[in-house]
Amino acid sequence: MRAYTFLMAQAPVLPRGFELPLEPRLPRIGSVDAVALEERAATLAKRSIKKESKLQAFELAVRMMDLTTLEGADTPGKVAALCSKAVRPDPVDRSVPSVAAVCVYPNLVPTAVARLRGTSVRVASVATGFPSGHVPLESKLAEVRWVVEQGADEVDMVIDRGAFLSGRYAKVYDEIVRVKETCGDAHLKVILETGELGTYDNVRRASLLAMAAGADFIKTSTGKINPAATLPVMLCMLEAIRDVHEETGRVVGMKPAGGIRTAKQAVQHLVVLHETLGLQWLTPDLYRFGASSLLNDVLMQIRKQKTGHYQSSDYFTKD
Amino acid sequence: MAVERTQKPLTPALTEWEYAPAPEARELVSLQERYGLFIGGELVEPRSREWFPTISPSTEELLAEVAQAGPEDVDSAVTAARTAYENGWSALAAPERAKYLFRIARIIQERSRELAVLESLNGGKPIRESRDVDVPLAAAHFFYYAGWADKLEYAFPNRRPKSLGVAGQIIPWNFPLLMLAWKIAPALAAGNTVVLKPAETTPLTALLFADVCRQADLPPGVVNIVTGDGRTGAALVQHEDVEKIAFTGSTEVGKAIQRELAGTGKKLTLELGGKAANIVFDDAALDGAIEGIVNGIYFNQGHVCCAGSRLLVQESIYEATVAKLKRRLETLRLGDPLDKNTDVGAINSKLQLDKITELVESGKDEGAEIYQPPCRLPEKGYWFAPTVFTNVAQSYRIAQEEIFGPVLSVMTFRTPEEAVEKANNTPYGLSAGVWTEKGSRILWMAERLKAGVVWANTFNRFDPASPFGGYKESGFGREGGRHGLEPYLSFEGSESWGG
Repeated sequence: MRAYTFLMAQAPVLPRGFELPLEPRLPRIGSVDAVALEERAATLAKRSIKKESKLQAFELAVRMMDLTTLEGADTPGKVAALCSKAVRPDPVDRSVPSVAAVCVYPNLVPTAVARLRGTSVRVASVATGFPSGHVPLESKLAEVRWVVEQGADEVDMVIDRGAFLSGRYAKVYDEIVRVKETCGDAHLKVILETGELGTYDNVRRASLLAMAAGADFIKTSTGKINPAATLPVMLCMLEAIRDVHEETGRVVGMKPAGGIRTAKQAVQHLVVLHETLGLQWLTPDLYRFGASSLLNDVLMQIRKQKTGHYQSSDYFTKD
Repeated sequence: MAVERTQKPLTPALTEWEYAPAPEARELVSLQERYGLFIGGELVEPRSREWFPTISPSTEELLAEVAQAGPEDVDSAVTAARTAYENGWSALAAPERAKYLFRIARIIQERSRELAVLESLNGGKPIRESRDVDVPLAAAHFFYYAGWADKLEYAFPNRRPKSLGVAGQIIPWNFPLLMLAWKIAPALAAGNTVVLKPAETTPLTALLFADVCRQADLPPGVVNIVTGDGRTGAALVQHEDVEKIAFTGSTEVGKAIQRELAGTGKKLTLELGGKAANIVFDDAALDGAIEGIVNGIYFNQGHVCCAGSRLLVQESIYEATVAKLKRRLETLRLGDPLDKNTDVGAINSKLQLDKITELVESGKDEGAEIYQPPCRLPEKGYWFAPTVFTNVAQSYRIAQEEIFGPVLSVMTFRTPEEAVEKANNTPYGLSAGVWTEKGSRILWMAERLKAGVVWANTFNRFDPASPFGGYKESGFGREGGRHGLEPYLSFEGSESWGG
């Protein structure tokens, strides 16, 4: 018998390829059917949310907002104004809560941190060569290290789409792992820039990749590319989050960003979230809207819901 | 870290988010107390002097009284149709016929909300479906066949198509207006006149359609609508002056009609029951497949002849699929059909509810494992929770018989051959669904599945241009597309065929 075992051919050790270090086991990578996905998103978009449930959604949307300014023209003055708005969005109606965070470029982090000290509003900074991500890893890490040192609570990094689209998944993965290490206790949101990924299958793969590498949140877009946070893309990412949760128990957050301008869109997003991941995810700890112009529309709708009247946009501050 | 960081606490999750009621306006519909029969362009009192109530199955509320057409009423309807056929309609220039059909299609679109509300009220289906599926598709069928009306020579080159005369049409209660459109649009486009009998429990949209015909100035007698129960249908089938019968409904009644018509020379098409298999392979896009499974069996409470009532799932992904399916079922919203957020409405009638209940009991008795998501059923009306049976053997009644309700039987397979064998192992053959990311496998399966429609990576998708119909006990003849015109035409030099 023993002789046989020696004679038997031995299979070589499998080459170590792309593995997701998830415990206890991997989610099936799977694929996404575009028609079914878009149809499901369209069905959920038709939910009719009225009265009290609508007001609840609006207030939740405010609490989940990452109020954002990412312009070359950003100045300390502009960011300071945005921070005031973030803390008290509607000076007339004090019952309107503060937003979750303010999202700015690295250079403006010190301003935001100073303005938001002692409030509940967090500071998020984009990093890693935002928006393209085409800079050396060392620069990316240095940037992350710096914004965290300056007091950013959250880091919004971009993945290397060039590497992803050329199939160098390991490079994308390793970068996220390194950034996550560098973040320390700051929260990491990983921007996939879905508008550049081309297919829902890619969105799903990139989502799983980012989660496997340690993302606290996955985020659709930089806001610099169209299309950005469409409902089907969001649903696709939520389904990936759901699968990771089912398989491993890990809870990952979601941030749609870019193109969400109206309160109605925000409610549609919340419906998709609610009916895909359930009540547990209806919290700013696990869901954010990345937006700049959305807030005022939500404020306007809140006032309409409370008073029965629309007011002109001049009754809401433009910051 | 250089900076001392204190985590800023965020506000907590919502503990509940109940959607407030969002009912569609019922006032869009104004109901009469009583509806007569639509004969010769008028609503007339039935000579039978019999009336029966029609209710809303979601509340058991009385909506109206409807005439029970007796044999003499059916006779006057057929006579009206014959007169209209002889005196003008058959000789009308084809483009003029088309104009009427286009006009009807546009009026259906204009009155779509009214039709949708009435459909949901009388039939129990969610307004989301009547608004987004039934009524738009009904209009689409009229638009589609309007286009064929003056092109019959091109549809059947060198065969000299001619209209038949009077068509008798009997339709079911699951898609009242849509089935009416499937029947009336091709019949009129081909140059026939019709007598249509809507289902006993859902006559109201057909009677509203009578008003659409009047609004379209359709010549009197071209469309006649006789309401009533099975006796009315029998009188229509037996009437000597009817050239063609088109029936959609149960296999049992379909067989009786076929026996009745044997040897009479009348043309017949039957669209009957089904027990479709939805086949999910391990490489399928699973979340999409779950949507397809849910749409396949819970759409219209499973009152769909082509419903995907058997789920055949590859054994390697069985557990994941069932887990996802159960989770998805928990998000289905059951309740008021007129609420825009309702996914699952009321069962159409007490009779049907009893039948579903009986079959579900048999499933439990035979040893299948039942799952129903937690949901509150309204006290009034006829309701049945969405149901999944696992551990189902091919021999169980719930795997063999058509339930026509929101009840899914899950079975497994190991290889494509086994999937085909199990899918075809039924007396029915109306539809099937294949879920795989592999194109070649879709074609391989479609070649072997004995079903009139095979959907790939989708389910319950309808289009007026696409023919629909069955194999085996699911009936014969096709509705929709160019094929759907054929049963309403005779051709030079060829005997009538197709039963």
